[in-house]
Amino acid sequence: MIIYEYLSELFGSPVLASVIQSLFPLIFLIPFALFAVWLERKVSAFMQDRIGPNRVGKHGWLQTVADILKLIQKEDITAANADKPLFNIAPVLVFAGSYLAFAAIPFSSAYIGSSIDLGLLFIVAASGFVVAGILMGGWASNNKYSLLGAVRSAAQVVSYEIPTVLVILSVVMLTGSLSLYELSEMQTSSIHNWILFGGNAPLLQKILLIPFMFIGFIILYISSLAEVNRTPFDIPEAESELVAGFHTEYSGMKFAMFFLAEYANMFAVSAIVSAIFLGGYQSPFGYLGNTLGLTWLVPIEQFLWFSAKGLFFVFVQMWLRWTLPRLRVDQLMALCWKYLIPIAFVNLLIIGLIVLIKI
Amino acid sequence: MREYFSNIWSGLFTVLVGMKITFKHLFEPSVTIQYPDEKPKLPERARNRLYVNMDDCIGCDQCSRACPVSCIEIETVKALPTDDLGKTSQGKKKALWVTKFNIDFAKCCYCQLCVFPCPTECIYMTETYEFSEYQRDSLNYSFVTLTPSEIEEKKDNFAKFEAEKAAQKAAAAAPKPAQKTDE
Repeated sequence: MIIYEYLSELFGSPVLASVIQSLFPLIFLIPFALFAVWLERKVSAFMQDRIGPNRVGKHGWLQTVADILKLIQKEDITAANADKPLFNIAPVLVFAGSYLAFAAIPFSSAYIGSSIDLGLLFIVAASGFVVAGILMGGWASNNKYSLLGAVRSAAQVVSYEIPTVLVILSVVMLTGSLSLYELSEMQTSSIHNWILFGGNAPLLQKILLIPFMFIGFIILYISSLAEVNRTPFDIPEAESELVAGFHTEYSGMKFAMFFLAEYANMFAVSAIVSAIFLGGYQSPFGYLGNTLGLTWLVPIEQFLWFSAKGLFFVFVQMWLRWTLPRLRVDQLMALCWKYLIPIAFVNLLIIGLIVLIKI
Repeated sequence: MREYFSNIWSGLFTVLVGMKITFKHLFEPSVTIQYPDEKPKLPERARNRLYVNMDDCIGCDQCSRACPVSCIEIETVKALPTDDLGKTSQGKKKALWVTKFNIDFAKCCYCQLCVFPCPTECIYMTETYEFSEYQRDSLNYSFVTLTPSEIEEKKDNFAKFEAEKAAQKAAAAAPKPAQKTDE
């Protein structure tokens, strides 16, 4: 917000300011993706009592940089019978889809790509973009494994969008806002204002809400895990059955685009979960900047809190990945349609009732 | 209905149990041995590359005969009575020049059967196991301590000695029939 105003004043044109400000998440995302890939390898190694990358740089921190350099140098192969235009657009579309979500995510009170009132709806809609890209990539590859992966991904993401939306709906009923910026502003000042603990509702209502908010939080986390195709829901790219699923045929930078999109998605989902339930960029204790009287420090602290929360959930995703085996397709569908959706629905009803009673 | 809820409960509970286990392993020291930098301790009596201590070898050929894959090639030349070959460390007298002692490790199956028959314990297993080569011929190790010229010399010496002996024999044998006729 403040950054946008500053930029439009600096350049004298709101369009130019928007274009420049839209690049900010990318500046955050690329180092994040490099770090997250390294973290994933290290976490997986430590959980399996191994060492992990440790040759390039101290503790192997340059390993992912070296990998990216390798991917840039690699030959860009397009399979002979692939549908070339679609094949080439797909990785861009997948990354664009996951990048779109960042438009509505507030990084701190000073920065949000676009503070539209329908932020959550926008994010849910934008995630459809990713499915289109994945389906396009898998289908255009003209490869059985890719097609299977793409079809699985489409089925999975479409199914798991329903519990996501139901949980988001229950939160929206409580807060009356779809804007992530407003949601984050609402959960200000301290930990008991987080929506996970009932938000700004009166005390008795809060106590009634807490268990159902926890249920909603767990459902949202599980379904968001499924939406970004992470283990235990990684059947679209199940390496042991489908080689690499929808990106089997991709090489070089196009493969890197898919990879970047996956990690961007992981962070986006974590950020959304933390923005909806855990206060987004708000500190749970209060700010150092306020106590010291340095107001410019507050947005920076908020950004640090935001990335810390996001990174924590990314870590939990990795933790789950190395804990749980992959679900079968029927188990995946059973989990969604028999468990998550009914529970989310009942949860929605109960939260609606509690909100309606207004104790 | 009861099954439904117990399913949910066991699902969540078992996930938490699994997460607890993996979290514990996050802080456990790794079991990796980073091979070229650190090497595992070999077990006792590990069988690796052979070594022949030629100072002790008496050229008895027993290892070669014990070898199931015939990877040991030995050639010897008898020493002259005047030659002094020294003794083995166990005090055995050496009577043969070993002119060829090749072990082809491309063929060797590391069975250690050659080690046991050796009367002087001069062929034994070492701890070396990193000796890969680009050419198969390079795996054919020669253990002979004599130089090629020395080998030639020993062979010549022996041939000369044999020839002399034969000549002596012939000289000794030739007069005999004559003596007989004389008597």
